[in-house]
Formats: sequence, structure tokens, C-alpha cells
Amino acid sequence: MEKTTDISRLKEIARQIRIDILESTFAAGSGHPGGSMSAVEVIVALYWSEMNHRPDEPHWPDRDRFVLSKGHACPVLYAALARAGYFAVKELKNLRKLGSFLQGHTDMLKTPGVDFSAGSLGMGLSFANGVALAARLDKKDYRTYVMLGDGEVQEGQIWEAAMTAPHRKLDNVCAILDYNKLQIDGFNKDIKGLEPIDEKWAAFGWHVIRIDGHDFEAIFKALDSARTTKGKPTIIIADTLKGKGVSFMENQAGFHGRCLKPDEMEKAREELKEVLK
Amino acid sequence: MPETAATRDAYGKTLERMGERYPEIVALDADLSESTRTIWFAKKFPERFFQMGIAEQDMIATAAGLASAGKVPFASSFAIFASRAWEQVRNLLCRAEINVNLCLTHTGISVGEDGASAQALEDIAAFRVLPNMRIIVPADDIETVGVIEFLAADRNGPTYVRLGRSKTPRIHAQDYKFVFGKASVPREGKDIAIIACGVMVGKAMEATEILAAEGIEARVINMSTIKPIDADTIIAASKEIGKIVTAEEHSIIGGLGGAVAEVLAENAPCSMKRVGTRDTFGESGTPDELLEKYGLQPHHIAAAAKSLL
Repeated sequence: MEKTTDISRLKEIARQIRIDILESTFAAGSGHPGGSMSAVEVIVALYWSEMNHRPDEPHWPDRDRFVLSKGHACPVLYAALARAGYFAVKELKNLRKLGSFLQGHTDMLKTPGVDFSAGSLGMGLSFANGVALAARLDKKDYRTYVMLGDGEVQEGQIWEAAMTAPHRKLDNVCAILDYNKLQIDGFNKDIKGLEPIDEKWAAFGWHVIRIDGHDFEAIFKALDSARTTKGKPTIIIADTLKGKGVSFMENQAGFHGRCLKPDEMEKAREELKEVLK
Repeated sequence: MPETAATRDAYGKTLERMGERYPEIVALDADLSESTRTIWFAKKFPERFFQMGIAEQDMIATAAGLASAGKVPFASSFAIFASRAWEQVRNLLCRAEINVNLCLTHTGISVGEDGASAQALEDIAAFRVLPNMRIIVPADDIETVGVIEFLAADRNGPTYVRLGRSKTPRIHAQDYKFVFGKASVPREGKDIAIIACGVMVGKAMEATEILAAEGIEARVINMSTIKPIDADTIIAASKEIGKIVTAEEHSIIGGLGGAVAEVLAENAPCSMKRVGTRDTFGESGTPDELLEKYGLQPHHIAAAAKSLL
């Protein structure tokens, strides 16, 4: 598949994936576009540059793994997998439909390229640690990337796993926190605040990098730093905007779990005609 | 009764032996490795043992990750503490059909002095309802060896293996061969069928002696695989004998008794009694005192049998 670090090309892929997210959830009549839009640049950077993977061989044993722990954001993953060539782009319109291999939350048994069945929050970091332990036992150098939601880190199991990875010196694990500051019922800070989030992860023994999660250059720099950091796992805390890319969706909790209405879809298509600045 | 051994001891020894045969086997524990006997594997294969600390949810999901990357994990803790990760078991192991072997110990009231918080009496029910889950309750050390050997080679889990803390009388001969999904019949009889699992198979065997003294010949069926259950053997017992007692060291709700009742009600209804804990928690006491107080001794099984005659 196409691999690139050309920023203008990556921005064009991101633009296309944002449209795919909105069109697929619009066709489904439901889904989680907000937290999908916030994760676009990180996922594009992973699939088009950072990760070793083979769309024509989804179960290639030496592939880098991507664990989408915030499984409700699967529209962005499905769009990325389709655009990367794991399956036909036209399948995206079957999202959430009966019999579709694109389930409402990820299903590793059904979707080519999906490495983790998510939907219930809090389990992905533990799973990623398990994969990383297996890689170490087998003396393989594939890496495991795991994307966490910000509301998700309110789950206690995240902190169990956050203790495990540094204890085992899992430098082949890279977590990315999609920190868009919003969860279903509102802002994290009003529900159960996460701050100081950098210090929490650092205190648990992680190499912490904080970036603008929509800036490709910053993402690549962070991934380079993660890959070259030895003896401890890395977490990239990516400051992002929920609903990024469509003006009326940005920073709105309401678009966590609802798709666009027809008139909103029209406006969004118009806004997404050009790549983001 | 013949010599006794705890099923957890047989688990620990067999896991260690299987670890030699299969390099892909790994083990995980949540700070109870001494008690669950995974410590023997840990000492022999330190690099393939993962001490996860007191974090059962993390342990089970980490085991799932290991399995997804080609390992064959055996994860252990006390049954009740691993049960807190029921949703990880459901949404990860069962939903994604991930081959993790949950070998959980300290089940039933015979845990003894630690009391109600440690005595798992609901675990069979809680795991039985999950699609894709397999449940095995070995009756003695010999059968436990067969179960662990089977799971080490078979990779079609997830599987829950229910193990006990206390020494259990040996039911089976050394040459006994465990067959997954198939009940065994350690004693034949024509007057009543006692379907039991785990330590209650030994109790059922003792009950047959009480009954025999009164001229009652009881068949004992060891239903060591609870899911998928051996419906053919249950239906045959109903048709041939027509009177069935179930015996389990577990709540009568949703466990072996529930599973047998489901098969009978739809296929071959007959008169039935369930021996087990009766919708209650346990308490502290010696295993024997508790088995007596909660109605799980051979004479309780014999009384249930006689009530059907």
C-alpha cells in the first residue's frame, strides 16, 4: 500500500477519512462521529507511515498491532482500513447493518485488519500489554499501539494496566490518549477530572509526550520518540478536538453518539471540500 | 475412601509438565500463585510466568492479548476474585473466542475458614450463561490431570476449569481417560441416578454405600463437563431410571442442577432433587462443618435420593 510522510498528502487522506466517517454513520443512522473525528490524524499517521502492516495479509504474524480501546470510534478505523486497502471502500455504507462485517463496535473475528474486539471500555491497554509480552517472548520486534479515550481512563482497569507496562518495561507498547476533553455526559473536568494527566502517567513510570493531536509533524516526532525510548512504555497525550474538521461539531458532546441529520450532512460535505489548515 | 489429593495440586503439577511439552504455554496469576499452584510453573519457567499483582481484570485481558499473539495462557486466581472480571470474560474471551484457560481454585463452601467472601458458589452459573464458554469441573486429581493435558493440546477455548482447595477422595483409576463433553459413570445402578460434579462426585459415591445398605442401587454420573453438557447421558438416565438427584458444591440456582433441569424439562421430564447451597452465602468453619451445615454431605444426598423413591 501507499506509504507517505508527505504532509499535504496525509492531510488529503485525513480529509477523505473525515468524509467517510460522516457518510458511514449518516448511512447507518447512528454511531459515534465525534470521537472518530478527533482521532483521524493519529490513525492516518499510524497506518500511512508508522506501522508495518499488510492490507493483503491482515493476520501477518509480524505486523505492528493497533488496538482501538475506545471501540466506539470504529468509524475512523474502518475508514482507514478501507482506504488502506483491507476491504472495499463501498463496504463503509454497511456500517452497523445486519449481517455486516462492520459492527457498531469493533469485532476482531469479523473485520479484516481489526486486532481487538472493543466496545466495553478499559480493556485495550491490558490486551496490548499481553501482545507485547508475547512479542518479547518470541523475540519479535513488532510494536503495539493502543488508542485510549479520555473518558475511558476513568476505568480502573486502565490503571491496573498502566502499572503493568512499566513494571515489565514494555517499550514495545505505545499508548495514545485521544484527549478531546469530552465524554457522553459532558466535559471530563465536570464529570471526573483527569488532570494532571501528564503527571499521573509519568508517576506510573511512563515516558509521556504531549502534542497537538492534529499536527502531523508533531505526531511523527512523538512516534519517533516512542520508538527510540527504551526500558519503558510511551504514552502520547494527544490534545484533540472532538468533532474536528466540521465547525458545528467541534467541541460538542452532543456529537459523541449521534450521526448528522440531512441538512447537517450537507453543510459538513461543504466544509470538508478542502483539507484542514 | 481411597487416597486423597486436591485438584489444585494436580493442576499445578500438570501445568508444569505441559509447560515442558508446549513452549507456547504461559501462565498468569494475581498474587495467589502459592495457593493456585501456578508457582510450580513459575519456578520452572520464570520467563513464561506473569505475576500480575492483585488485578484480575488486567490479568484476564493481558492473557487475551498473549493468546491473540499465539500463546496458550493459563490464568489462575481464586474463582470468586476472577469472577469480578466477568465482563472481561464476556466481552473479550467469549465474544472474540480467545483461547484462555481460566483455572480457578478455592471453589465451593469447602474453602472453609476464610468464609463467605472467598467461597465461590455462583461461578458456574455466572460463566455458564456466556456464549462460547466451556466449563469443566474435575472430580479428583486423576481427572484434573486429564483435563489440563486436554486443554494444553486443544486450543478451542475459552474454558473455565473449576478447582478446589481441599483434598478430595480419588474416584478414578490411574488409567481413567477424560473425554471433553462426555460424562463418566463411576458406579452403575438401577434405582436412582445421582449426577454430580467436582468434590460432590466423591460424596455421591459415599452416598451410594448408605443407599446400598438399604437395598437401593444408585448410579453415579460424573458430569465433569458442565458446558457443553452431556445431554444424552442425562436423557438416558431419565428414561432408564426416571429419578435424578444432582449434587454440586455450588448454588442450586444456575449450576449443575439448573443445567440438568433444563435438559430434562425439554427432553425427558422426570422427578428430580437438587443438592447444593440453597440461595445462600457460606460462612467460616472447617470444610466438614460447612458441608454438614449447608447440606452437602453423603447423607444429604442419600436423603434426597430416598425422597424420590
